[in-house]
Amino acid sequence: MAYPPPAEGKKPDAAIRFPAGAVAKFQISDLEFYYGPKKVLMDISFSIPEKTITALIGPSGCGKSTFLRTLNRLSETVHHSRMEGKILLDGTDIESMDLVTLRRQVGMVFQKPNPFPKTIFDNVAYGLRVNGVPRGMTLAEAVEKSLRRAALWDEVKDSLRKSAYALSGGQQQRLCIARALAVDPEVLLLDEPCSALDPIATAKIEDLLLTLKDICTIVIVTHNMQQAARVSTVTGFFLLGRLIEFNETRILFKTPVRKETEDYITGRFG
Amino acid sequence: MAAGSRPPQAAANAKSFAARLRNGDEIAHLITLIFAALVCLIVGLLVFQLYRNSSVSRHQFGWTFFVSRAWDPVFGDFGALPFIYGTVVTSVLSLMIAVPLGVGGAIFLAEFAPPRLSDMLTFVVELLAAVPSVIFGLLGIFVVVPVMRTTVDPFLQKFLGYTPLFTGPIYGVGFLTAGVVLAIMIVPYILSVSREVLLAVPADQREAALGLGATRWEAIWQVVVPYAKTGILGSIFLALARALGETMAVTMVIGNDPKISASLLAPGYTIAAVIANEFTEATGKLYLQSLIELGLVLFIITVILNGLARLLILATTKGGTIQT
Amino acid sequence: MSFRMARRRVVNVVMLGATGVCAVMSVLALCFILGYLLWNGGHYLSWDFLTKLPTPVGQSGGGMANAIVGSGKILLIAAVTGIPVGLLAGVYLAEFGGNTMTFMVRYAADLLNGVPSIVTGIFAYTLVVLPFHEFSALAGGLALGIMVIPVVMRSTEDFLRAVPGTLLEGALALGTSRWRGIATVVVPAAFRGIATGILLSMARVAGETAPLLFTSFNNRYWSTGWMQPTASLPVMIFTYAISPYDDWQRQAWAAGFVLLMLVLLINICARALLLRGQPTGR
Repeated sequence: MAYPPPAEGKKPDAAIRFPAGAVAKFQISDLEFYYGPKKVLMDISFSIPEKTITALIGPSGCGKSTFLRTLNRLSETVHHSRMEGKILLDGTDIESMDLVTLRRQVGMVFQKPNPFPKTIFDNVAYGLRVNGVPRGMTLAEAVEKSLRRAALWDEVKDSLRKSAYALSGGQQQRLCIARALAVDPEVLLLDEPCSALDPIATAKIEDLLLTLKDICTIVIVTHNMQQAARVSTVTGFFLLGRLIEFNETRILFKTPVRKETEDYITGRFG
Repeated sequence: MAAGSRPPQAAANAKSFAARLRNGDEIAHLITLIFAALVCLIVGLLVFQLYRNSSVSRHQFGWTFFVSRAWDPVFGDFGALPFIYGTVVTSVLSLMIAVPLGVGGAIFLAEFAPPRLSDMLTFVVELLAAVPSVIFGLLGIFVVVPVMRTTVDPFLQKFLGYTPLFTGPIYGVGFLTAGVVLAIMIVPYILSVSREVLLAVPADQREAALGLGATRWEAIWQVVVPYAKTGILGSIFLALARALGETMAVTMVIGNDPKISASLLAPGYTIAAVIANEFTEATGKLYLQSLIELGLVLFIITVILNGLARLLILATTKGGTIQT
Repeated sequence: MSFRMARRRVVNVVMLGATGVCAVMSVLALCFILGYLLWNGGHYLSWDFLTKLPTPVGQSGGGMANAIVGSGKILLIAAVTGIPVGLLAGVYLAEFGGNTMTFMVRYAADLLNGVPSIVTGIFAYTLVVLPFHEFSALAGGLALGIMVIPVVMRSTEDFLRAVPGTLLEGALALGTSRWRGIATVVVPAAFRGIATGILLSMARVAGETAPLLFTSFNNRYWSTGWMQPTASLPVMIFTYAISPYDDWQRQAWAAGFVLLMLVLLINICARALLLRGQPTGR
């Protein structure tokens, strides 16, 4: 693993690494985030590689979810919040991008499944109806493609007109993934997507993510270290609003550089 | 771009106004804002119209309007006192009947009755609040008035006729009858709100009293009700505001006589009733505008009362007594 | 058992009974009203009553067809003017409002809600009847429309706020603009509650008489268009009830029955709609 492209005038942090030869999807430099006067993210600089699964771990309240939301600027919906620093998506500053375009390119799946009170079909079709169906496809075809990608098609193909709430929790979450995938995002952000699900549903979603990483970059926040170890290629450890360490998953879990990382992984706190 | 402080608002402002306009958010904000402002505008316009269209009578009578007993369309002399009197008397009477009924019923439904029964009965009582005023008036004329005339009023006169409250000829219509009909109309408000307020009292309050050996009633009356008393008071104010503005039922049973009498059995008049009865008959600007000034008075009284009621209910939810 | 203890127990039982009586009396009031109206009005109800015009004074027979249609016209105007205002103002309060504006609008709506209906009638009179020099269905409808606004606004705001924020976030994360997300996801999610508010507001104004007395006034014939005096059910009930004619009084009972049935039916439907609950997902 190499050092990430260095920020100007900064000494490279030995604990923040980047896979050699990989392309950076996101480049974050000097990110700081405030809720009102309170600083909740500080001094975050690293890069997220494309077409891989990046896991963000850390104890509750360490800022990993807040960080995730800065990536699609959903953090702006909180009043009196402020972001400093820069986030580049494929080299473009996301602050200067059109918000709607950004959010189409960077999709999100939330902790608790939040399907719309509509039919299964309409849930997946929602993003397509708003943003337009890709060329050469009908709406129904696009919906089917997404549901297949989310490994849900076989289970719902005969009940597309039923309410989304008729599905189980795990199915609802896969529906939300299908909904997010329908607009062909380049990045998929997942905020503890399995914390409300049982182990079997969790396993299904983890398998699903492994198939998806070839199509899009995945960033997953999780408080479950075993999950991070299972699915991710690179992992970042957050603590008290800082990114303490970022490295290939097996390296971070086996031979962490920082003591805080080691303490967390061995269960000494958190 | 240099790294710098970029609050979300500034980033949005960096785009042109036209761009924001295109994506529809600003339009939606603007449209809904206009309609919200329209609500405020309507209220302002209402007050303004009432004020403007009562200018003739206000200038003619000034403050004496409120203490004059005259109501003489022929000579153009108008005063509000009999109507204010009638409004106050009927409302107070209705409260005297409705408060014990409503609070008592609320206590039963909140504290004694099993939850399913309580919900069912409350549903029925709340439907009572939906009955139109004119229907109450209908029943008032053909049911309550005869009963009052043949049974209740003579009874009261027989046993309490030595007081000035129950003297005079018995017509059936009058202050007392209006008070009774009003009471039936406002009971649902008192009962429904008081019940909710009582249900919101934390269980550990009750349990603490019972744990000290109090009977159910003692726990309720000495602990729960005092805890909820601000909210109950708020419900009474709300009911009072409703009673003051009540028009049709009162018009049909009060006798429509603009006189002040001590006797509750005598016919009287309220502000709302005189407006209802005489508005379309009012000849001449002074007559009409006097009626409108009465409307303005009624408006101001109800605004003050409703404001007080809100404050009381607000105090209930904030002041540490009851948190909903 | 000491005397004091015995007395306390007696008081307990007595108060249980007394408060129970209060509750039962309140419930019985409604049953009595319904029953009495049904008894007196029910058997006067006929096809004639629903389809014929009123006959001249003293002649028996005739009906209230024009009042039923007139009420419909007035309520239509009330709905068309009041519901959109209440809805959009409610959306503003729930989704866009800043602090001072929200407070002012809520206070204004509370005021409107508490204004006695007869004063609203005076307002509509000064706005519509005076300038046009005639009573009209429009004036009556406007007066009622003003009363519809606060109820619809309150329920719209409450039910929009009750929709979990994560639903809108889901829409935003898909690249929807904020207004579109609100219109296509949040409002439909709150639809049941908003519909209830609309129904309840209509039920409330359907029975209002006072504001109509000098806005839409009355009419013994059909009224054409919107700018003529229009008969309405509540006003007819009032006029007939205070009249000295037996036949008219009987018609008042029948009309009262029809009106009460209508109002109660809408109320019960609205509450049933709400109770059926919304699947909000787990």
